Amino acid sequence: MKFSEQWLREWVNPEISSQELMDQITMAGLEVDGFEPVAGKFQGVVVGEVQSVEPHPDADKLRVCQVSDGNQVVQVVCGAPNVRQGLKVPFAVIGAVLPGDFKIRKAKLRGQPSEGMLCSESELGLSDSHEGLMELPSDAPVGTELSDYLTLNDVAIDVDLTPNRSDCLSIKGIAREVAVLNSLVTEAPQIDPVEAVHSEVPDIRVDAPEGCPRYLGRILRNVNLQAETPLWMQEKLRRSGVRSIDAAVDVTNYVMLEQGQPMHAFDRDEISTGIVVRMARPAEKLVLLDGQEVELTDQTLVIADHEKPIAIAGVMGGEHSGVSPKTRDLVLESAYFDPITLAGKARHYGLHTDASHRFERGVDYELAREAMERATRLLMDIVGGEPGEIVEVASVDNLPKQNQIDLRSKRLADVLGLEINRTTVEEILTRLGLRVDKLLKDGWRIKVPSFRPDISIEEDLIEEVGRIYGYNNLPVTEPTGSLGLRVNEEATRPVSAIQNYFVSHGYQEAVTYSFVDPKVQAQVDPEREGIALANPISSDLSVMRTSLWSGLLKTVAYNQNRQQPRIRLFETGLRFLQDDQRIDQQQMLAGVVVGNQYPENWVNGRRNADFFDVKGELEGLFSLLGVQIDFIASQHPALHPGQTAELLRDGEHVGWLGTLHPQVQKNLELNGTILMFELSLNSVITGYVPNFKEISKFPEVRRDLAIIIGGDVAFADVERVIRKHAGEQLTALRAFDVYEGESLGEGNRSLALSLFWQHPERTLNEDEVHSLFNSVIDALKEELGATLRS
Amino acid sequence: MENLEQLVQDGLAAVEKADSLQALDHIRVEYLGKKGVITQQAKTLGKLSAEERPAAGQKINEAKGQVEQAINAKRSELERVAIEQKLASESIDVSLPGRGQDLGGLHPVTRTLQRIEEFFSRAGYTVEQGPEIEDDYHNFEALNIPDHHPARAMHDTFYFNPGTVLRTHTSPVQIRTMEAGKPPFRMICPGRVYRCDSDMTHTPMFHQVEGLLVEKNVSFADLKSTVEEFLRVFFERDLQVRFRPSYFPFTEPSAEVDIEWGREADGSIKWLEIMGCGMVHPKVFEHCGIDAEEYRGFAFGLGVERMAMLRYGVNDLRMFFENDLRFLRQFR
Repeated sequence: MKFSEQWLREWVNPEISSQELMDQITMAGLEVDGFEPVAGKFQGVVVGEVQSVEPHPDADKLRVCQVSDGNQVVQVVCGAPNVRQGLKVPFAVIGAVLPGDFKIRKAKLRGQPSEGMLCSESELGLSDSHEGLMELPSDAPVGTELSDYLTLNDVAIDVDLTPNRSDCLSIKGIAREVAVLNSLVTEAPQIDPVEAVHSEVPDIRVDAPEGCPRYLGRILRNVNLQAETPLWMQEKLRRSGVRSIDAAVDVTNYVMLEQGQPMHAFDRDEISTGIVVRMARPAEKLVLLDGQEVELTDQTLVIADHEKPIAIAGVMGGEHSGVSPKTRDLVLESAYFDPITLAGKARHYGLHTDASHRFERGVDYELAREAMERATRLLMDIVGGEPGEIVEVASVDNLPKQNQIDLRSKRLADVLGLEINRTTVEEILTRLGLRVDKLLKDGWRIKVPSFRPDISIEEDLIEEVGRIYGYNNLPVTEPTGSLGLRVNEEATRPVSAIQNYFVSHGYQEAVTYSFVDPKVQAQVDPEREGIALANPISSDLSVMRTSLWSGLLKTVAYNQNRQQPRIRLFETGLRFLQDDQRIDQQQMLAGVVVGNQYPENWVNGRRNADFFDVKGELEGLFSLLGVQIDFIASQHPALHPGQTAELLRDGEHVGWLGTLHPQVQKNLELNGTILMFELSLNSVITGYVPNFKEISKFPEVRRDLAIIIGGDVAFADVERVIRKHAGEQLTALRAFDVYEGESLGEGNRSLALSLFWQHPERTLNEDEVHSLFNSVIDALKEELGATLRS
Repeated sequence: MENLEQLVQDGLAAVEKADSLQALDHIRVEYLGKKGVITQQAKTLGKLSAEERPAAGQKINEAKGQVEQAINAKRSELERVAIEQKLASESIDVSLPGRGQDLGGLHPVTRTLQRIEEFFSRAGYTVEQGPEIEDDYHNFEALNIPDHHPARAMHDTFYFNPGTVLRTHTSPVQIRTMEAGKPPFRMICPGRVYRCDSDMTHTPMFHQVEGLLVEKNVSFADLKSTVEEFLRVFFERDLQVRFRPSYFPFTEPSAEVDIEWGREADGSIKWLEIMGCGMVHPKVFEHCGIDAEEYRGFAFGLGVERMAMLRYGVNDLRMFFENDLRFLRQFR
């Protein structure tokens, strides 16, 4: 809501500066978003009169004018098409300064001397309009300073109203607030009923009383729409951000800005027979005032005549029935439309109008008649005409009921944390127009006026009292209350512990969008379909991620394109799967690694990270979390078929680790060998609480072993066989060398292992260890075809 | 016995000349070993009378002691030199950079969230999570934003279908927590939220922290202290805070919170909107089956990126989601 400060001060004029006024209403909940002077900064501009106009001898488009500034007549060369004899215009005399620090000096234009400049609105910073000179009314006093004449010492204040404060979408409403805040009374213009001079009335039928509980119409005959809207009204409209169109539209807009009641004027000759307020019929069409044709839905309330819709109720009128300079008779509309019926309708048609904005938020349901009288009087003052009676069709059942709310003083004190004395409370409420209907034993029974549809419960009243009393005048106290201590599950580590683990292992945390490019997702997770947004912001952010890899790989590309060859990223967050009717939203942990394992250094820092680097980091994480995870050779469509491990916990899938498939890497235009992992966070976050075991006092025995195995035998197989045969006292098994070479035979590998035994209660003797060691060797030979390396 | 004197002199001279521990050892054997020349002097004692023997024996012992002392001193000296030489040869260039993994870093949003969570955890708040694909009921209806409410238009909601949305705020987690438990509550719900809006100052995804406290006796004054204290702790300074009446469908009374952020040209305080808050709306309690006559509550919400931008001086919101390493590394 944008309004002129001057206009507001006509209603209520507290002795405070503009800045203080704006601070005051901001702190009352009407947030001032900005303000601007209503005109550019200029001086030396007066009302001038063009006394004569001659063609320029040497220029087709220029005219040589004699212009009076009230004291003298000077020659001015002017190029505006609308310059003519007798015209009153803003005249910047010699020495004047226009906005942009543009000084007016004596000049010669194509040889003709010019002493001053005739101005357009845009040259004075009044509007963007530079369609010729600004035309002033013929009674404008020549020689008067323009800023005095137009009272330009004014600012336009823009208030960003919250949707509940529809009552402040008018000068009247804002004035009411300002009056309350300053203990003043508003001075509203006197509105008297206009007497009918003829008996013609519009034929009105309301078929949809739920949507339109009240509809008023009046005929104003024989108007002259050629008549110009007076400058004072044009200026108020302009300062409120509303363009002047013609007298009929200007007056309805003026009343809307002043009173808060949107209105409409129809051309009676374009309405066939009578007015019907009804829901639109499916596929009915209407060409709106802005020229666009819309196809209406049956959810749309329309104003129609007996043949066709002529307006979308409370949103916009139709082009056909709109007024024009030729309009003779007007039908004026002033109505109360139901906010819920109108909600979202304007948006449905891609519209947002001053009227729809107000009706959706709720207009004063008792205002229609007063507004009609106000508009009639203003119109008659400009365009003349003969008014008829007002016809009102109202459905009392469908009109909002006056709210009656009890406010308990104890509740008020409990919620605000302060006991405010009764007189102050009553004063605040009364000044806001909330009538104290009855004094109760412990409070008040309040009648809510029709202009405050937002107040419906006790808390609303409490807010009103708190707001006017001033939130910043309320005390500050510490909350008290029971503080039940919660169980802190030790076996479950906080996510921050995982994040910190990766940070200390050189990973940078990324936060990528939860919606991704379906094309990228099809590369990293081709077998699952992402849930698609109905209204994505763009096609590359249109489906929900099924894996965090999509976003991370995009981040890799982004950074590789910016000379960052070494990238180690991790992310935690949800991934989204459609699982029958359910949506599965699971917290994941994922990472990508490409480039050197360590920052380049002076010893050996140029080794690329490989599978086992990342596996080692994950193993470290699992130790931290206290979980046992198995890495099983497997296949994943986005991963290298020979470098993929599925991660299992107790046989259940928990995630993947692998090298990005070279084809996918190429498709996504990425460089280098990219290691990736993704885990279901909840599957790994809970480990165990340590449980002490006695430390053995007896010596540990170590035996080393080197075997040759076939290429199809995995270390995991070797480990399994050893653990099966090495007895209970095997405490550790480590691989300390893996070697492949031609000397071993095609595909064969040599594996060097060390085995450790220790007994908790005694020293193991040589024979025992020897026999266990031999049974391990025999089993390896027998079960895996291993041979001992000599 | 002149011979003994001479032997001692020779021995001392030899020790003096010794240039290694090995040479010194040789000298020890030569003079003091079982067959050493000084040790051998003991054999001459047999030729002496019983009266002379003790004095002569003592002299020999003194001679041995003298040489032995010299040897020990020399050994210490040689050992010291040896260590010094070893140390000198082991000297390194300590100014070369160290090796190993470098440190990664948390995303500034996480870093900010952790600070916020820490503050509220210490004040006894639990940290709750909820789904991001949310149903209409929890995102709007239960928060007193019915279907036709104008506030819906302010939310720029991402839809999957008419009943399923990407949550536009973390407030639905409040509802879910209250539905699942019994009052009192002290909780915060940090997380991702989504609005269908993208320009210089909006990203379609961002983070919020919503807080809720429900007790039998809690007031707007308590809300004020919680918010003020949090802001002072977060920004680590004693800044001015003001509460401005505002509107949220799920709180009543509602307020926007402004903090002092520099000065205007005329010296007056420049206020910056930082968060929203209010007393829980009775309708919200009703939806969660909590008696609004028995319990009251306050709620507050803030944008995490905004807090991070102010705290770290980041000037472009979009950088948070570009994940440019050169940006991220500044927050480790």
